[in-house]
Amino acid sequence: MNFDFSDDQKLLKDQARKFLTDKSSLKVVRRILDTDETYAKEVWKGIVEMGWTGTTIPEAYGGIGLGHLELCMIAEELGRSLAPVPFSSSVYLATEALLIAGSEEQKQKYLPGLAAGEKIGTLALSEGTQAATPKTMKVSFEGGKLKGTKMPVPDGDVADFAIVVVKTGSGTDEKSISLAIVDLTGGGVSRAPLKTLDPTRNLSKVSFDGAPAELLGKQGGGWAVVQQVLDRAAVLVAFEQIGGADAVLATAREYALNRYAFGRPIASFQAIKHKLADMYIKNELARSNSYYGAWALSTNAPDLPAAAAGSRIAATEAFNYAAKENIQTHGGMGFTWEFDCHLFYRRAKWLSLCLGSHLSWKDKLVSELEKRNAA
Amino acid sequence: MDFEDTPEEAAFRKQVATWLKANAPKDAGQGMFRAELNEKESLKIAKAWQAKKAAAGYAKITWPKEFGGMGGTGIQNVIYSQEEAKLSLPGGFFDIGLGMCIPTVMAHGKPEHLARYVKPALYGEEIWCQLFSEPAAGSDLAGIRTRAERDGDDWIINGQKIWTSGAHYCDFGILVTRSDPTVPKHKGLTFFFLDMKSPGVEVKPIKQLSGGANFNEVFFSNVRIPDSQRLGAVGDGWKVSLTTLMNERLAIGGGGGALGTNELIELAKSITFPDGQPAIKNSAVRERLADWYVQGQGLKYTRFRSLTALSKGQTPGPENSIGKAVSAQRGQEYTAFAMEMMDMGGIIYDQDIAPMHAGFQNGWLFAPAMRIAGGTDEILKNIIAERVLGLPGEIRVDKDIPYNQSPGVK
Repeated sequence: MNFDFSDDQKLLKDQARKFLTDKSSLKVVRRILDTDETYAKEVWKGIVEMGWTGTTIPEAYGGIGLGHLELCMIAEELGRSLAPVPFSSSVYLATEALLIAGSEEQKQKYLPGLAAGEKIGTLALSEGTQAATPKTMKVSFEGGKLKGTKMPVPDGDVADFAIVVVKTGSGTDEKSISLAIVDLTGGGVSRAPLKTLDPTRNLSKVSFDGAPAELLGKQGGGWAVVQQVLDRAAVLVAFEQIGGADAVLATAREYALNRYAFGRPIASFQAIKHKLADMYIKNELARSNSYYGAWALSTNAPDLPAAAAGSRIAATEAFNYAAKENIQTHGGMGFTWEFDCHLFYRRAKWLSLCLGSHLSWKDKLVSELEKRNAA
Repeated sequence: MDFEDTPEEAAFRKQVATWLKANAPKDAGQGMFRAELNEKESLKIAKAWQAKKAAAGYAKITWPKEFGGMGGTGIQNVIYSQEEAKLSLPGGFFDIGLGMCIPTVMAHGKPEHLARYVKPALYGEEIWCQLFSEPAAGSDLAGIRTRAERDGDDWIINGQKIWTSGAHYCDFGILVTRSDPTVPKHKGLTFFFLDMKSPGVEVKPIKQLSGGANFNEVFFSNVRIPDSQRLGAVGDGWKVSLTTLMNERLAIGGGGGALGTNELIELAKSITFPDGQPAIKNSAVRERLADWYVQGQGLKYTRFRSLTALSKGQTPGPENSIGKAVSAQRGQEYTAFAMEMMDMGGIIYDQDIAPMHAGFQNGWLFAPAMRIAGGTDEILKNIIAERVLGLPGEIRVDKDIPYNQSPGVK
């Protein structure tokens, strides 16, 4: 039994933590929150220099050719620090979509730029305040041109190109769904940041009016690729959530030990002790599920869809719970702008919705279990 | 990252499997049928099997060879348990004795005790029980009342213990008593072992809310214990008790037994809801199934993380402490939900009528015990808060006052 990350992988994690503690403190997160900056460019530059953007990209395409286990380690630290950078969009979504479905030519065109951090990519899936399904997709791709609006698009106002989930047939099932790559800096594209609950990560509205694009993968094969991308991203985002949840537990613990009420630290009251124990329990359940997700991701195991859903469900539960109960532990001070609790509360919600809702992942998990039990 | 044995572990697993194949009772492996055996038959088979294991060194793999163990590692112990579990042999009779009682005797007993008691316990010839909990002292064990009074070379014991597993078939027991009620509670305890057939010991089964009787009350009326059977100094009983509690074996062998998420999914497929669809198509059912599945996976892979530490020769981390706190409550919830899906019929406990031989009803009825035995949910959360997170201990209002003047003590 060797169900753990290797010493080298843990070393990478330590390095990531050190870098982010130095360069991406919560002061940086607040700067993005309080200003019009869309992301912390100097942090992104450092991340690129350390090669993280090329973690899973093969050396032939300019990457460093490590694996997804290494990327999980980096993700956990990005989550812990709440780093305000477009990493997940560019690395978990755009890069993975290209690795899965890109033609040789497309890989050569896009991957070196992604690895070098010169280009930022994203995935444009959602179309409004409802779950994205083949039935609800409206953005069309005809004659090489895109038409319609995607919203919210993570880092849509930041990215250089997007992989857009489009309708290419007249049906309402997944056979009518394809993927198209579009240059977001070119003509026929208009985009604007959206007002969201977590301004430290960009979400935008992106409208296409005849923007030229090209297919990624087979026509009619887009939905299956999106599911694969989301499975992979779910594991990686779960590590961000675990990192965030761990940071929150440490904060809540520290505050409870130092805040006195009724003549004792509030950390000595069982109501608080049990609350923090519950946080710890949820965090460990999330970590264990996500380790399994990491294994399934790194080996491309047939169980990846269920493992990814399990990782995401447990990690969403953990980070959301920790973030809200951290505010509760802080009492009134936790509700102030000055205290950092809300930064985690916001990010927990962002991460828990960014790849689809808690409910939809639970539904997806049970569908996987039904298949397995039928087999 | 992988789930494979190391070459050494694989070799040991093979050695164990070969030995089990050659030595296990011929009809082993028919779990469901064996569960039908009564306790007396099970005990007979278990004793014979224990003797065989002990002779081969498998009865206590991690004990040094001088005590009849194998001098093996924690992970070897787990591998053996995993392989033996496949055979569904009657077991559990020796866990408390060899896991808690004998290690306490080893730590605090005299050489002649070790020479006399270790081997018969290891070979299953003598079984030990643990006489700790009392009606008025469970989570707060140091609040026990059973009196020990010195009388020449003997001690005279009066009082009552409760929740003693196996007391009715045990030969010996370890016992914590109050020898001095005039000092603060942790300081007035003294620890003994005794022959369960001593005059004045009376064992009575406790009828549980589930209808069964898995535990006992043990009454002591002027029971004489020679001072030579004292473990630790007079007044040091709390310290000795902690040795026992620290020897609680690592509960990372692996769940099994009760109905789990797979059965719940099968049930949800087989039941038709009022809308004409199988229950599993109902979104409320799906949401809960997902939660319980994910919790179950979380526990499973937390165990795997602990096993990994064992495999590397390390002590498992604190994550291992979440197991029972999660699984007991989860079990109570999903068994209740299974009955909810059966609608009015969920109340039926007849195993010829209720789905899966009334396994969910049975699990639900026993679930309250799981949340209490071996540390209540609340105590376990205190332990996580204090030992893992380093939060302050409880304020103890009776810590520094004489026991007999403590609140609630008559």
